[in-house]
Amino acid sequence: MLDSVFALAQGFSVAFEPTKLLFALIGVFLGTAVGVLPGIGPALTVALLLPVTFKLDPTGSLIMFAGIYYGGMYGGSTTSILINTPGESASMITALEGNKMAKAGRGGPALATSAVGSFVAGLIATIGLALFAPWLVEIAIQFGPADYFALMIVAFVTVSATFGDSPLRGLTSLFIGLMLGLVGIDALSGQARLTFGVPELLDGIEVTTLAVGLFAVGEALFVASRMKHAPETIEPVRGSLWMTREDWKRSWKPWLRGTALGFPIGSLPAGGAEIPTFLSYTIEKRLTKHPEEFGKGAIEGVAGPEAANNASAAGTLMPLLTLGLPTSATAAIMLAGFQQYGLNPGPLLFAERPDLVWGLIASLFIANVMLVILNLPLIGLWVRLLAIPQPWLYAGILVFAAMGTIAANPSPVELVMLAVFGLLGFVMRRYDYPIAPMVVGLILGPMAETQLRRALQISLGDPMALIESPLAATLLAIAALALVAPVLFRGLSRFKAEED
Amino acid sequence: MTQEEDGRNDGRKRDPVGFAIAAGLLALAGAVARDAMGMGAVSSYAGIGPSAASWAVAAGLAALAAGTIVAAVRGKIPVPEQSDNAAVLTILAGIAAMIATITAGGGFIPAMALLFGLTARGFGRRALATDLGIGVVLGLLVYLGFTKLLALSLPQGPIERLF
Repeated sequence: MLDSVFALAQGFSVAFEPTKLLFALIGVFLGTAVGVLPGIGPALTVALLLPVTFKLDPTGSLIMFAGIYYGGMYGGSTTSILINTPGESASMITALEGNKMAKAGRGGPALATSAVGSFVAGLIATIGLALFAPWLVEIAIQFGPADYFALMIVAFVTVSATFGDSPLRGLTSLFIGLMLGLVGIDALSGQARLTFGVPELLDGIEVTTLAVGLFAVGEALFVASRMKHAPETIEPVRGSLWMTREDWKRSWKPWLRGTALGFPIGSLPAGGAEIPTFLSYTIEKRLTKHPEEFGKGAIEGVAGPEAANNASAAGTLMPLLTLGLPTSATAAIMLAGFQQYGLNPGPLLFAERPDLVWGLIASLFIANVMLVILNLPLIGLWVRLLAIPQPWLYAGILVFAAMGTIAANPSPVELVMLAVFGLLGFVMRRYDYPIAPMVVGLILGPMAETQLRRALQISLGDPMALIESPLAATLLAIAALALVAPVLFRGLSRFKAEED
Repeated sequence: MTQEEDGRNDGRKRDPVGFAIAAGLLALAGAVARDAMGMGAVSSYAGIGPSAASWAVAAGLAALAAGTIVAAVRGKIPVPEQSDNAAVLTILAGIAAMIATITAGGGFIPAMALLFGLTARGFGRRALATDLGIGVVLGLLVYLGFTKLLALSLPQGPIERLF
C-alpha cells in the first residue's frame, strides 16, 4: 500500500515533466478529436497514430497513447449522444438514452453528465489501478509458463464468446487471427510458417496493419455500402450545457455504481466495456425513480454506462500492465505500442522500468483532469468536427490509414495486406462477425504458443504439466466452462455486442 | 463435406453464403495444414515443434467450417442489409490506384490524391476534380508534416523530390 503511494509519487515526478505533460495534452486532444469522429473508436485511434510515434521517446509516446485511449472514450460518448452512431460499441448503451436526450433538447446536460461521470469513474478506477497493480504483480511474478498459457486460453475463450452474439462467429474471428499469428519466422526454431515465399511475410503480420485494415478500411467500405439506406443526422446542442441541481442529484449515484461495475469487470480477462455498460444500464433502469423516462432520455441511463465505460478502460490496463495480457482490441494495440519499443508489459517491466510504468499510471490521472477541463468548454469545437462531410471524413481516414501503414513498413506488400484486411473487415461487418477477437488472436496467439512450448520443455514433453499447477488447472476449467456455458444458458445473454 | 452436395439435391432454400464462408475456412485450414506438412520433423529438444500450432489452428478452422455448415443448414447465417456495390468498388479502385501509384514510383502525394478523390466519390461526391485537388493539398501537408517534423520516410516520386 505504502509502496504504491511512494511509486506513484515518483511516477508523478516523471509525468509532470513539461515534455510529458505536452505528450499527455496532445494525446487527450487527438484522442478526443478522433474519438468524436463517427465510426472511429479508441482502438482505431491508437492504431492510426501508432506508426507516427515510433521515432519518439517511449515514455512520452506511451503517455500519449494512454491519453488517446482516455480521450477516445470521452470523444466516443459525444458521437453517441449527438448522432446515433457510437464510435465504439462501449458507448452503444450511452446512445440509447443520450441520443433521446439530445433530440429532446437536453444534449448539453447529457454531454455534461457523461463528461463528469467519466472523470469521476476514471479517477476512482485509476486509483484502483495504482493500488491493485503492485499486488497483482506480486502474484504474477510466481506464474509459470503453464499458468500464462492457461490465462491466455481463458482470454481467447472469453474474448470470442463475449464479443458478438454467436460463439461460432467469435471463434471464427479468433482462429483467423491465430492463423495470421502463425505467419513469419518461428522464434524458437527459425522455421518459416505460412510465408509462401514472400520475404515481407517473414517478419510476421503487423498488428497495426491488421487493426487499421479491419477498423478503418473495413468501416469505410461498410459505411459506404449502406449510406443510401441509413443516412445519419446530427442533433444540434440546444439550450444550456450545464446540468441542473436535479441532474446532479440524479447522476452521482449512477456514476459510482457504474464505476463499481466497470473497474472489476474491465480488469477480468473477460475484458471489454460492453458487459459493464450494459449491466449498469439495466441496474439504473431498475433503481430509477423516473422509470417513465427510460427510453425517452433518462439522465441515469447516460451517467451510469458512461462511468462504467471509462472505469472499465482503466480496468483493462490492469491485466495489460501487470500480465502483458490484452483483453480488448484497444489493449491489444496498446501492447503493440509497447512492443514497438521492445518493451514487454508484465511483472518484469514494473521491476525494470518503474519510471515508465508509474509515469504512465500517473499520467492517467493528469489526462483525466485535462479531459474534463478540455471537454466541456471545447464542446463547440468537437461538434464542429461532426460537421465534416462524410465523403471527406472517410477519404481523410483512408489517407491516414495508408500513410501510417506505409510509414511503418515502406513496402507495397504492406499496402496490399491493408487492402485485403479492409475487405475482410467489410465482409465480417456485413455478416456480423466480431472483429476484436481477430486482433487479440494475432497478438496473443504467438505469446500463448511460446508459453505452451516453454511449459512443455520444462516438463520434458509431459502434457500433464499443463494442469499440474492448481492455478493453470482452474483457469483451463474456467475456459472450458466459458465455452460451454453460453450454449447451456442461451437466452441469458441476449445482449448483442460488437468490437470495441 | 458431403452435406454441401446433399443440399443441392433437395429443394429447401439454403443460404449459399454460409457454404461459401465454410468453403473459405476449409481452404484456409488446408493451406495451414499443407504448410505444416512441409515443415521438418519434430525438433530434437523435448517439447513440441513449430508445426504443432499450425496443426491446432488448421484443426480449429476445419471444425469452424463444419460449424458454419451446420449454421447454414439451420438458416442461422445473418442476412446482411442491402449493399451499394458501386460505392464499395469505387473505394476499392481508389485503394488499388494508390497502391499502383506507389509501386510505380509515382510518389506519396499523387497516390494519396487518387485515394482521397476516389473514396470521396465512393461516398457520393460528384466533384472528382475538386476532391483530387483537396487530396493533393492533404497529401502535401501530411508529407511535409510527417517527413520534416517526425522524420518518417514516405515514398518519394517526382513531386516529393522537389522538397
